[in-house]
Amino acid sequence: MRQALAYRSQIILALGLALLCSGCGALTSPDLDPKGPITLAERQLLFDGLTIMMIVIVPVFIMAALFCWRYRGTNRNARYTPNLAYYWPIEILVWGVPAAIIIWLGFHLVPGTHRLDPYNPIDTGVAPLEVQAVAQDWKWLFIYPEQNIAVVNELVFPAGTPLAIKITSDTVMNSFVIPALGGQIYAMAGMQTRLHLLANEPAEMWGRNVQYSGTGFADQQFRAIATTKDDFDAWVAKVKSAADTLDAGAYETLAKPSQKVPVTYYSDVEPDLFDRIIAKWRHGDITDPAPAIPAAATAE
Amino acid sequence: MTAASATMTDIAPPSEGAEKYEEKAFGFWIYLMSDGVIFALLFATYVVMLGNTAGGPTGKELFSLERAAGETALLLLSSTTFGFAAVALAAADRSRVLLWLVVTVALGAGFIFLEFGEFSGMIAQGAGPDRSGFLSGFFTLVGTHGLHVSIGILWILVMIGQVLIKGLTRPVASRLARLGLFWHFLDIIWVVIFSVVYLPGVL
Amino acid sequence: MDFFGRLTIDSLPFYSLIAASGAGVTVLGALSVMAVITYFGAWRLVVFGWVTSLDHKKIGIMYIMVALVMLMRGFIDAAMMRSQQAIAFNSDGYLPPGHFDQIFSSHGTIMIFFMAMPFLSGLINLIMPQQLGSRDVAFPFMNSISLWFTTAGAGLVLISLVIGKFSTAGWTGYPPYSGSEYTPGVGVDYWLWAVLISGIGSTMTGINFLVTIIKCRAPGMTLLRLPLFTWTVLVTSVLMIFAFPALTVACVMLALDRTAGFHFFTNAMGGNMMNYINLFWLWGHPEVYILILPAFGVFSEVVAVFSQKRLFGYISLVLATCAIGLLSFTVWLHHFFTMGSSANVNSFFGIMTTIIAVPTGVKVFDWLLTMYRGRIIFKPPMLYTIGFLVTFCIGGLSGVLLAMPPVDYLMHNTTFLIAHFHNMIIPGVLFGYLAGYMFWFPKAFGFKLNEKWGAWSFWCWIIGFYLAFMPLYVLGLLGMPRRMEHYEIAAWQPHLIVAAIGAFIILLGIVCLIVQLVVSIRDRQQALDLTGDPWNGRSLEWLTSSPPAPYNFALVPQVQSIDAFWDMKQRGVAYERPDRYVDITLPKNTFLSAVIGGAGFVFGFAMVWWIWWLALLCLATIFVAIVIRASQNDTDMVIPAAEVKAIEDARFAQLAKAPKNEMADDPGFAGQPLPEGAA
Repeated sequence: MRQALAYRSQIILALGLALLCSGCGALTSPDLDPKGPITLAERQLLFDGLTIMMIVIVPVFIMAALFCWRYRGTNRNARYTPNLAYYWPIEILVWGVPAAIIIWLGFHLVPGTHRLDPYNPIDTGVAPLEVQAVAQDWKWLFIYPEQNIAVVNELVFPAGTPLAIKITSDTVMNSFVIPALGGQIYAMAGMQTRLHLLANEPAEMWGRNVQYSGTGFADQQFRAIATTKDDFDAWVAKVKSAADTLDAGAYETLAKPSQKVPVTYYSDVEPDLFDRIIAKWRHGDITDPAPAIPAAATAE
Repeated sequence: MTAASATMTDIAPPSEGAEKYEEKAFGFWIYLMSDGVIFALLFATYVVMLGNTAGGPTGKELFSLERAAGETALLLLSSTTFGFAAVALAAADRSRVLLWLVVTVALGAGFIFLEFGEFSGMIAQGAGPDRSGFLSGFFTLVGTHGLHVSIGILWILVMIGQVLIKGLTRPVASRLARLGLFWHFLDIIWVVIFSVVYLPGVL
Repeated sequence: MDFFGRLTIDSLPFYSLIAASGAGVTVLGALSVMAVITYFGAWRLVVFGWVTSLDHKKIGIMYIMVALVMLMRGFIDAAMMRSQQAIAFNSDGYLPPGHFDQIFSSHGTIMIFFMAMPFLSGLINLIMPQQLGSRDVAFPFMNSISLWFTTAGAGLVLISLVIGKFSTAGWTGYPPYSGSEYTPGVGVDYWLWAVLISGIGSTMTGINFLVTIIKCRAPGMTLLRLPLFTWTVLVTSVLMIFAFPALTVACVMLALDRTAGFHFFTNAMGGNMMNYINLFWLWGHPEVYILILPAFGVFSEVVAVFSQKRLFGYISLVLATCAIGLLSFTVWLHHFFTMGSSANVNSFFGIMTTIIAVPTGVKVFDWLLTMYRGRIIFKPPMLYTIGFLVTFCIGGLSGVLLAMPPVDYLMHNTTFLIAHFHNMIIPGVLFGYLAGYMFWFPKAFGFKLNEKWGAWSFWCWIIGFYLAFMPLYVLGLLGMPRRMEHYEIAAWQPHLIVAAIGAFIILLGIVCLIVQLVVSIRDRQQALDLTGDPWNGRSLEWLTSSPPAPYNFALVPQVQSIDAFWDMKQRGVAYERPDRYVDITLPKNTFLSAVIGGAGFVFGFAMVWWIWWLALLCLATIFVAIVIRASQNDTDMVIPAAEVKAIEDARFAQLAKAPKNEMADDPGFAGQPLPEGAA
């Protein structure tokens, strides 16, 4: 009896503690304070799923607590039916309700997965900004093919303009993510993946690799900065006036393993550098390895 | 079935009588199914990596349908001769069992000899498993089968020894039965290899 | 040819204090065990009574000993990681990356392969044949080889601390990072061979258990009269048989890449890392059901016995178990939703993953309904069960959330994922096996475990679990990735400090388990299980004496009902004395299986260090041992009927002195089984 009571209060205590702990930091969380519609939609799915699952979770908690209390062995007042081993209405409930929840979830899962496919371009009427991201040990190289510039560990882009990122790796498997804007996708050598993101308004965020890749993994973070259109143009101009250029030799030097690499600007980029990096791993085969882009879909 | 009490029987449990051999055969079938999964995954890997030649040689350039036909003939024939050994076993004819087991070993060894030649030839011309993903898949799939056949040959040699020393006892017969399952299973896998690897590779 | 392969004096861990300490503890541990055995003069007993035994009960106990030792070893890894992360905000902490990365890799590898797998194999070995009314598993020799292969794998992980290093590629070993181009050296090879060798053992175990259940049941024990624990073992065995080949293929291919320059998973030359991921998780997902299903089986047994009520919804539970087994092969892609599959593919696997939540939910409700209108006795196994019921649901919830690909895009590789799977494994797998350990301990050793310390171990484990892992859910939502050796976001640190406190409380839980064992051994004469049925049990394992005779049942039981033993007690025939006995045949002890296991260990070591002549020698040894075994004429011993009678007479004499029902003194006891319709 005391055990059941102690047990219930312990649950409340533990949950309370966890909630208390979540108080600090919640406001700076990229997932709880998203800066773009993708993360917003993905997070919404999480909360929707959480809510519907309460139909199952809450009864379990209540039943566990209630039964421990009422049917404790020393309580002779409760009914004791030692051979009650089957009751078909319960079976229907116990299979049916979770099944119904899963079906309901399915109606969110399938459209949501299609809508939030990382390969879906984001259609806002504004031409997207193309960026090519290369994962290296242990930093990120961003190539802007239209502007013919490249940057290490800093991704700057105008808010309100969709980002169309092509991603590859020049080393082991990495995973590219800017959590405040959207989910992740793997970066693999010899292959190209795509991610489409959008920032609602100017903001300073962070992005990083989340697939463990070696000694420098913990520091493989970059600044992701959404700016106004004018600030973006100014930034591009700043990069274009940098002294360094990313030719083949400079690239080879950059690709060597290094950690805690400071933000570096390159005012000029070797043509087709991104495709060459991919082709290098595919043994000299320079054809576009990416799948066809599906028709534009909107992310809510 | 007599009862020593209301709840107990005095019959021997399955593991103590003749059922013991049935259990062993059943267990061996289950093992073969797990081996089948291994081969299925090796096949899947091979097929997925067919195009990963990395600028190196393809199956068309490397595979010899004549040699593959020879390997097939040897292996299929060895299954037949093992079948003759099984028939002789049922007839309790010890010398025939030994004869057909020896012939099976010879045919199996011939298969291994041909396959060894194929592998070493490919390696010599720079088409070893370290040349490309496709070749890694090929060597592992066909090589795993060859490894199984080699172990099967060793097993037949051991059984020849057992038949010579112990004769056709119940345990020996049970082992021969399982060896037969193994040998025929490898035959089936080879037929799939021939159909999935060599035929499409050349045609 | 190099006699020692690539093994040199530099392989010894004198390059760092932490490595040297780890090696020192390992070596000291091994020496202490040997010293203790010597002190008690027990070498004869250990070698001739245990190591060479083919008795499933002894094999089971040895498996559990391996599991408990490796639980502590794996926990040390966890404690080190928690303390590192608690302090490593804007600092390097005390663990350099090279060490931290080995530690997270060995933690996962040990807990899955060398704690959970041996724990379940041990409990199943100990109990399942008895639940069937059988004398042993179908293949006792192969059973012993499985044990020693598992131990060989554990040995390889342990020795990697002393000679060489362990892998830094995580317990999953993804290439190309785990390939020789990016991680040369012995670490990944230790991981590969430890996993491969113990994996062969697990495959053989699955075959053994399946054949035993199908072929070795007592007469009258139809499949629908099997205890639920045995049902879960049946499905688990099928999973083991069909899933482990995928792991074998994935690891052999990686080993070929690393050792022989193959190109299965390399970046260039036609390799494709995505194949490894598919193969690995084709095994990996069924594996987690292999881990959890026997635990579900334990909970089924415990909840019925300690609610003093029949298990609710037996057929549903069986169907749910089978459904889980089948579905477990259809969901593997949810481990890599973020690898770039199309929305259709991701949706399919997402749907299948949510579907698998349904039978699991059914089980939880059926267990709760077993408690409904029962008379619940809160002994430690029941505490662990109730803790499981509530806590596991939270993990199931987070699993359903992760099953939605867009949510997974955000949460994958974050601590949210870590929290999710620990939320399944600790309350699910570990609580289940700790409950089984405490539930079946008296059966194995003849005396009960101290209940006070058992209860305290539960409270420490569950409170520690919540404190250690709930913050990780929050941290995942704050964007913290997994496997971070240090970090620069201040908001993360308070949660990590709470998590470290939780780890400390879990440490107290482990201490309680150790104290429980020591105290119980010390006080065993006051806690003897004289009848063999300490908890007023329902299934056949409680019919044997505690500990059972080597043959379990002097005569094969005749089963007439589900809950076979309870039915016998109700009819009043459970302890009826037979009028005659028969000779019993059992396998003799043998060195050969331990030799094969030892050769497996040395083979693994030789493959790691490229000592080819030694590897060949070990393979030859294994081959020769198998041929010897296959040539032996007398591998069995016979216990004559007279000796059986003597053992049984002693048992009945003890029964006469024992209380009618060992639970009669418990305040919650509802009364012994009465015939149907009696007052």
